[in-house]
Amino acid sequence: MKNAVGRDIPDSLLKDGKEVYQGKNYMDGKYIQKATPRTRRYERPRESKLVDSIAQALRDCGARSGMTFSFHHHLRDGDHVVNLVMKAAIEELGLCDLTIAASSLGAAHDPIADYIEEGKVIGIQTSGIRGRMGEVVSAGKLKTPAVIRSHGGRPRAIEAGEVHIDIAFVAAPTSDCVGNCRGVGGKSNCGSMGYAMTDAKYADHVVVVTDCLVDFPNMPASVEAIDVDAVVVVDSIGDPRKIASAAARISQNPRDLMMAENVAKVIAATPWFKEGFSFQTGVGGPSLAANLFLEQYMDQRDIKMGWAIGGICGPMVEMLKKGKVGKVIDVQDFDLDAVNSIHQTPGHYEMSASQYANPANKGAFVNKLDFVVLAALEIDTGFNVNVLTGSDGVLRGAPGGHPDTAAGSKCCIIVTPLTRGRMATVCEHVVTVTTPGDCVDVLVTDYGIAVNPLRPDLIECLDKAGIPHVAIEALKDKAYSLVGRPDDLEWEDRVVAVLEARDGTILDVVRKIKPYTMD
Amino acid sequence: MEILKPAIAGTLESSDAQVTVEPGTDGIELELSSSVMNQYGRQIRATVLETLERLGVTAAHVIVVDKGALDCTLKARVECAVFRSCDQSEENIPWGGAVR
Repeated sequence: MKNAVGRDIPDSLLKDGKEVYQGKNYMDGKYIQKATPRTRRYERPRESKLVDSIAQALRDCGARSGMTFSFHHHLRDGDHVVNLVMKAAIEELGLCDLTIAASSLGAAHDPIADYIEEGKVIGIQTSGIRGRMGEVVSAGKLKTPAVIRSHGGRPRAIEAGEVHIDIAFVAAPTSDCVGNCRGVGGKSNCGSMGYAMTDAKYADHVVVVTDCLVDFPNMPASVEAIDVDAVVVVDSIGDPRKIASAAARISQNPRDLMMAENVAKVIAATPWFKEGFSFQTGVGGPSLAANLFLEQYMDQRDIKMGWAIGGICGPMVEMLKKGKVGKVIDVQDFDLDAVNSIHQTPGHYEMSASQYANPANKGAFVNKLDFVVLAALEIDTGFNVNVLTGSDGVLRGAPGGHPDTAAGSKCCIIVTPLTRGRMATVCEHVVTVTTPGDCVDVLVTDYGIAVNPLRPDLIECLDKAGIPHVAIEALKDKAYSLVGRPDDLEWEDRVVAVLEARDGTILDVVRKIKPYTMD
Repeated sequence: MEILKPAIAGTLESSDAQVTVEPGTDGIELELSSSVMNQYGRQIRATVLETLERLGVTAAHVIVVDKGALDCTLKARVECAVFRSCDQSEENIPWGGAVR
């Protein structure tokens, strides 16, 4: 069945009430029945929940084959916890048919690819999928299609019981002996622990894995002892050098700076650019550089930003410290400046993924967002964006908060160069739709700006400000004139991943790519 | 043009291609790999073969490792490798002739 972005969704996936994507805000006003976990009572006073090993924690929580284990990705490319837990479960306890439900997975998790190939791991639910795991899933080696969700779609699915977590694993930079966890104060700090919070509330069992045990009570806790079954101390939960990069630097690339300047111009031309406006930006070259130019417009008009959300990095912390932004609300930290600021700088707060972006709750921050500046691997003439699959059809990205902030914000700006190497970024049809075009408002490239025809109000703003813009088709034609028109990718029928829209409908599927032949 | 000895042109940088030509006996034997194979493989092959034909190369073993080069880059790298293989790269480049 074709959905609202023209993607053909196999009927076999449309069961148990699953629907195809119908357009933005389709689920608004509907009721949901939230799931309830089955949890154990810890009535008798215990001095401590410390256990000797991950294997012991698994046994204590009744781990068995066929279960779903959840993880969060604040330790990013430095994470050791997913691999430690899966190794213990599979090699020490001999479990199989396991499903990993992670907020994201990355290069650190290459060893899991082996467990997929051996059939020990049969399900993956995640936002990001990259590296060897992306390759083996794309090759059709995972028994069930991977389910890809946005950062807001994930807590929605957990709350609705579409993902039932048997055991949640919390990678905690610090924990006390009963499981009050924080993202700071240890040797492998990650700052915010926002993605772990919904897991801890909805999982049947919660195991805290830490490499820095601190005195009770570890306050204020990001994940609270009231939800925790066991605490395991390991040598290292992650490689701190890869958890957070050194301070994200503003790009010096003149092409990035030109695009960033145009992004700021567009923002300054809209009615929402006024005292107290709200903002989120990615950490990619041109997205981050937009901060710099935006600050100039803020100074000129003598206005301040009310609040900023998102994955937070140094430049935003800097603006908070200078008093140019009132509050920073943080679901994840991208660099050490942000990690060292959360809970320290006044006005720098932590939030859960649900609070950040869940479309099914009653007050996600994204819904109050004025502007978001985002990157794209590809954007097509319907303004649909792909941030998941590469030009070879292989999974190597993550929707993250992209679809959530695009849908929630008043003005969503995509900034991307027109071409990358030989790849046309602006194209006729994206490989995979990860953010639907009805949520994307403006495209800024190095060859010009295009506004979504669904937003005549923004077209008027740009015209009034004298900012030139063209039809997105003209940008696509320009791209193809530079790099040539790409051949369509060729697919087999086998679905290897299902791309869920943030509201739980099906936005797209990724199929197994056909081996390429010259004929 | 006859390939007299092995020659190489280009790099493995992004947006470039490395072209190696070696003497061949019967026709053009092309080995192609590309970072954009699924979308541009056939176009890259056509560009390489057209360029060799324009230069009058009829027998060669050609290895192209493409890193997303544009057509103009591919042509230039093939031309350069061919001229280097028959010692024409210092002088006698047919500007305005086979090289347009």
